[in-house]
Amino acid sequence: MPSHPESAVERSGAAQVAIQFDNAGQQRVAANMGMWVFLSTEVMFFGGLFLSYLVYRHMHLNSFIAGSNDLNFWIGTINTMVLLCSSFTMALAVRSAQVGKNRALVLLLSLTLVLGLVFLGLKFFEYWQHYEAHHIPGPGFVFDFPHLHHLASERGVELFMFLYFVMTGLHALHMLVGVSLITWLIIQARKRAFTPAWHNPVENIGLYWHFVDIVWIYLYPMLYLIDLSKK
Amino acid sequence: MSTEVKHEHIVPVHVYVLVFVALEILATATALLAHLDLGAFNAVIAFAIAVTKMLLVVLFFMHARYSERIIHAVCAVAVFWFGIMVVLTESDYLTRWWHTR
Repeated sequence: MPSHPESAVERSGAAQVAIQFDNAGQQRVAANMGMWVFLSTEVMFFGGLFLSYLVYRHMHLNSFIAGSNDLNFWIGTINTMVLLCSSFTMALAVRSAQVGKNRALVLLLSLTLVLGLVFLGLKFFEYWQHYEAHHIPGPGFVFDFPHLHHLASERGVELFMFLYFVMTGLHALHMLVGVSLITWLIIQARKRAFTPAWHNPVENIGLYWHFVDIVWIYLYPMLYLIDLSKK
Repeated sequence: MSTEVKHEHIVPVHVYVLVFVALEILATATALLAHLDLGAFNAVIAFAIAVTKMLLVVLFFMHARYSERIIHAVCAVAVFWFGIMVVLTESDYLTRWWHTR
């Protein structure tokens, strides 16, 4: 008597080929492509904000220089390094799943999770600093131009800070989603759910995590670096 | 009907290590160069380094270098759509005040 397909799936990772696919390889590529298509829509999602930044930076250059110089260079830089480390541990985690090293997989996913939380912790500390300095756009916004430039305006800096909060906030939201997904992966990996024959969730959540890293690779120079020497 | 799929490529650990070291060196370089006033080249250099870092992540960490052509096509489409958005929008905004100069 043939067993129920669902229970067969739970017993053996190698048997997890859904009915619409010819084989596990085809299923893996279909899952990958789905994630890449999703990520290309994310490019447009963040892309709209990048474009707004470019347009408004051109219009309010001196205000953007003043706003950019007020950000915490060290937190931005350390966070860049932390996120690159987390991408590295995630890439190694995917490799561990591919070669069936389950203990290494759990360890590397946990490291990635910790690095992601370090990033978020530093980011929220930075937000708190902006809050203390009254640099949150809105009725209470104050900016006293530590590196005063006569062509900068308080409204222009407020616009910069608005874009800064939306862009880094949306990025942080993606990080929170990533951290939740990695937590789920760790729980599943501890149950030995992933095998060399089937580990699509590890691979695809890995792709998502690297994408979020790439968004930061662009946010970091745009917000923190390109105007740093222009006080 | 069967579709051709590549065998999953296992990337050697040393490749990941090299890519990671390169990424951290590039991040340090862009952070240091930002303190020198290079005029318009600050933005150019920072952007060039960001693109290099992105390519390293996409090609090696995201395995695009070893992926099927359909995935290359999706990547190309993402870049192309984003390009349309930026080029057409900026061709408006950057040229609005030309006649007043």
